[in-house]
Amino acid sequence: MSKNPPSYVATTNACKLCTPLGAAIAFKGIEGAVPYLHGSQGCATYMRRYIISHFNEPIDIASSSLSEKHAVYGGGPNLKLGLMNVTEKYHPALIGIATTCLTETIGDDVAMFLKEYDRDVEGEKPLMVQVATPSYSGSHMEGFHDAVASVVKTLACDSKETKAGLNLLPGFVSPADIRYLKEIMEDFSLPVTVLPDISDTLDGRAAIVYEKIQSGGTPLAAISVMGDSLASIEFGHTMAAESGGSILEKRFDVENIRLDMPMGIAATDLFFQELQKISGGPVPEKYQAERGRLVDSYVDGHKYLYGKKAVIYGEEDLVVGLTAFLAEIGVMPLLCASGGKSGRLKERITERCGELLPEEPGVFENMDFYDISEIAESMNPDLIVGNSKGYPLAKKLSIPLIRVGFPIHDRMGGQRILHLGYRGTQNLFDLVVNACIAGKQDESPIGYSYM
Amino acid sequence: MEPLKERKEQIHRSGEEPFTLVCNKDSLAGAVSQRACVFCGSRVVLYPIADALHLVHGPIGCAVYTWDIRGALSSGPELHRLSFSTDLQELDVVFGGEKKLSAALLELIERHNPAAAFVYSTCIVGIIGDDVEAVCRGVGKTTGIPVIPVQSEGFKGNKRAGYTAACNAMARLIGTGDTRSISPHSINILGDFNLAGEIWMIREYFERMGVEVVANITGDGRVADIKRAHGAALNVVQCSGSTMDLARMMESEYGIPSIRVSYFGVEDMAQALYDVAEHFIKDAPEILERAREIVKEELEQLLPRLAFYRGELSGKKAAIYVGGTFKAFSLVKAFRLLEMEVVMVGSQTGTEEEYRELAEITDPGTIIVDDTNPLELTSFLEEKRVDIFVGGVKERPIAYKLGVGFCDHNHERKEALAGFSGMLNFAREVHSSVMSPVWRFTPQRERLETVPELLEVNR
Repeated sequence: MSKNPPSYVATTNACKLCTPLGAAIAFKGIEGAVPYLHGSQGCATYMRRYIISHFNEPIDIASSSLSEKHAVYGGGPNLKLGLMNVTEKYHPALIGIATTCLTETIGDDVAMFLKEYDRDVEGEKPLMVQVATPSYSGSHMEGFHDAVASVVKTLACDSKETKAGLNLLPGFVSPADIRYLKEIMEDFSLPVTVLPDISDTLDGRAAIVYEKIQSGGTPLAAISVMGDSLASIEFGHTMAAESGGSILEKRFDVENIRLDMPMGIAATDLFFQELQKISGGPVPEKYQAERGRLVDSYVDGHKYLYGKKAVIYGEEDLVVGLTAFLAEIGVMPLLCASGGKSGRLKERITERCGELLPEEPGVFENMDFYDISEIAESMNPDLIVGNSKGYPLAKKLSIPLIRVGFPIHDRMGGQRILHLGYRGTQNLFDLVVNACIAGKQDESPIGYSYM
Repeated sequence: MEPLKERKEQIHRSGEEPFTLVCNKDSLAGAVSQRACVFCGSRVVLYPIADALHLVHGPIGCAVYTWDIRGALSSGPELHRLSFSTDLQELDVVFGGEKKLSAALLELIERHNPAAAFVYSTCIVGIIGDDVEAVCRGVGKTTGIPVIPVQSEGFKGNKRAGYTAACNAMARLIGTGDTRSISPHSINILGDFNLAGEIWMIREYFERMGVEVVANITGDGRVADIKRAHGAALNVVQCSGSTMDLARMMESEYGIPSIRVSYFGVEDMAQALYDVAEHFIKDAPEILERAREIVKEELEQLLPRLAFYRGELSGKKAAIYVGGTFKAFSLVKAFRLLEMEVVMVGSQTGTEEEYRELAEITDPGTIIVDDTNPLELTSFLEEKRVDIFVGGVKERPIAYKLGVGFCDHNHERKEALAGFSGMLNFAREVHSSVMSPVWRFTPQRERLETVPELLEVNR
């Protein structure tokens, strides 16, 4: 097994997206918000197309549509015009402004432009939240977390009343995940603010009236009192030290609890333990039952899985969660790869599943699909777990791809994939074990109808 | 819904006098244009050159969003389906990206052995001032292959400027190959992107007519073919917006005339074959004879099969929003062949003359629109009670949320819609969306069915 990652100058088939895309998705999870990119027109259009292909929802991202003269003289006037036009057409409660590599490089001072805007413009003025997202620094996950941090920094307050309820900052998870997390909180009778909440905005229903801004998202009123919560739970350990949760802790003394994504039984148990502590109540029967059924299915399926070798890729925190889950069902992660580069991926994986793994997997950051393929092909894996972009590799190796995360561009329902908690783990378990069973069935010339 | 006031002059309704429509201007800030940028324009045109290396010089976004998203097929090498980037980082932006670009080029050329390399400049390359031209020259010398810079900084104009940048890049290749052995009855195919293998079908028609195709420049393209493209007798240009510049350059440089065609729809497809044949009529009248035979043969097969779809679709309403107007013209005619009514037609990059023509050939009241956006599209579709919307991925969710059928006619599609058999596929695509039983459950349709007088008012 290769213990050194390949080291090429050029990036081929990146396993990451650019920072503003993450920010745009985070802003889509806030009630009444329109994401806005301060840059040239192409950025917004490319990202819209990319996001639409996953969620199958209208994704309106506005742009300053900068041209050459703005690049020379500054993008301030177009930013102002753009904000006015978005306000006139969408009447948003909030505009989430993310910069791009262009405006960061020409040195546009967005904070100053917004002050001027506030001073000079009369009439309807939505809240403005801005985040610096130069795409030459970090990946879409930095953009996502930084946008969340900006929202908290700009809007969260406390009322100095008694603390109650919970803030949940789940990171970039699916609408189905968020719906499930909210259900859990409700069953724990825990008032919760999930930030961001894309459960409705990016997985909307057929509606009689076309919504300019999809309803749903974290209510602004709820964000404004996030400082009143008992605690914040943040999923993921690879984000920057300054995050939504850490800002709330520093400013309002709201305890910040960072957990790995609750994928697999062990990680989900930790999550439920925290919920028990915060709520002061027991784990509701429903989830004990879910857990019990999950253990039962682990046992039923374990022989199909033991010793199977997997390649895992995606955002770092997702990779940690998936690796821990696969390790606990007896699948051997061979390669854990991410395009991110927090410097913490290996340490997290070792900490989460060290003793479960007979052999240490190759854990590499800053990888692209060329690197991943090069290593994977030498490893003879049985399955691949990750987003749609690993399909060419899966096809080449004739092994199944278990589709998780973002983007899912080659199947329906990416927004409905459930990854988290006991129920999400059950879903992933069924997908993985059935892929292995199907492989065995398809390989056999007999044509068994029972396996 | 009222459009923004700066947008009003980019919308026209056929039959209203006088015709005025402003176009080819920068997208309005904050209007959520469906357009992309200069980079997109050049990436689109050069993308199908399958044996070239396409390196995007900039941070990761531009490369990753254009990784294998177009259905431009290759009959051989598939280098174009990979996404290469210099993935510039903060330090590169501060100290310049030239060294990284040079190293990346050398590494990739050694690894993939391409016939040529295109280097796309993205927004910040234009700002940090990398001398891409010099790096390309240096690497070209070292490796012995053409290494060609594409000046595609996103903010330096719109998609059209990107087309020009791509044509400029290709013009550097043309004229460097051996043209002996090329038939006097020969053409280049420009502006067909070989989506779902369309160019193979078109090539076959021409070859059956006895016309040699020297280079299919923008679909299943090869560097060696493009190098000798100046040996062809005629340039046959589809999607004139994207490659007309190249045709003009080849006319002034090499005296090669060009004709504009479209391969979409029966009329335009047949006309394309006839126009090419007419060009060679003096010394090869048999080419026209063969073209007629092909058209006859194809129509005999197609028309009876099309009759079924026409019967089912007759009277339904269609809206069109596409990248370039050439496709819009063909689609208007194709819908007419299906006896459907076009009630809205627009494009991202049309010219005033093209829009004027569209206004002339469409029925009174048809909305003609340049560089529109989701909210305008929504109001047009609602106002006109459209049954099918033809567009690309960004337009799809708008149609579906409104309970309107959709046909993807953009570069990601996997269905061949050009040529005679493409017309049948098109009818089938439209039919499979319009006639699907799922619409009865959408709230819009439910409302119409429970309140029938609404139907009357809106029909």
